[in-house]
Amino acid sequence: MKPKFGVVVFPGSNCDYDAFYVLKKILNLETEFLWHKESNLKNCDAVVLPGGFSYGDYLRTGAIARFSPIMDKVINFAEKGGYVLGICNGFQILLEAGLLPGCMLKNNSLKFVCKDVYLSIKNKNSIFTRDCENTTTLKIPVAHGDGNYFVDEITLKSLEDNNQIVFQYASKEGEISEKYNPNGSVKNIAGIINKNGNVLGMMPHPERCSSSILGKTDGALIFKSLANNIFK
Amino acid sequence: MFKVKVFIKRRPSILDPQGKAVEKGAELLGLTNIKNTRIGKFIEFNVDTNNRIDAEKEVNDYCKKLLANPIMEDFEFSLEEVK
Repeated sequence: MKPKFGVVVFPGSNCDYDAFYVLKKILNLETEFLWHKESNLKNCDAVVLPGGFSYGDYLRTGAIARFSPIMDKVINFAEKGGYVLGICNGFQILLEAGLLPGCMLKNNSLKFVCKDVYLSIKNKNSIFTRDCENTTTLKIPVAHGDGNYFVDEITLKSLEDNNQIVFQYASKEGEISEKYNPNGSVKNIAGIINKNGNVLGMMPHPERCSSSILGKTDGALIFKSLANNIFK
Repeated sequence: MFKVKVFIKRRPSILDPQGKAVEKGAELLGLTNIKNTRIGKFIEFNVDTNNRIDAEKEVNDYCKKLLANPIMEDFEFSLEEVK
């Protein structure tokens, strides 16, 4: 049985079609768009909050999208164990919605950073990374101005203790050091998961590197891992 | 009706790279005594009630739930009665 995916569309989302394309056309999964004003998730088994600039990033990234009508349903779905993947702006929305801890500050360079980075996979047990068992690092592009993940020390310790740090910016070989950190994130954090393991937020864009025609396919591993393991 | 002014400041423990960059501009202008530039937000709006306690409660909710993110920001506000 194949899972059904939903891709939420906020005003200002701009990676929604990329995510939809990967799920529907590359992985051949049933996929639907979910307009932010809708109030049901159309029986989706997993929901993607895509990248973009929802509500123009006004006030703070993700701050207004978090109150879109569909977010009540997404929060409810996540609290009941539903799978949610937030990419870039989607990650920022998950933080504002309180589904993941912490917040995003402006990149410490103050520049918008748009380039390929390598991610060390710190947690290979999550449903999103289980199929990356034999992978040292993933090459996935980042494209953001506010990706400087911040969290207080107590919460950081709890993230570490519960194995919630999933991706860290690293060298190709997996060495984690400040020189591979594109934005100033605490502990080079690029992606975290909630305690229950069903909500992942990540700044890099796996939907932009999931097709061989684009020369990079590491991103597909994340979508495949989730799709393959939902009903296991 | 009340006119409300909200000031949102980054919490002292949070670095402010924007403030630092702006302060570099001050140096370039020759303003050598400018220190600790930190950039926040100023927001104003009206609250359409004559009851100050109700107004304060609503403003507090607005600040806490939307205007400021308590992980990185502190806020303060003032109310001024207007006719």
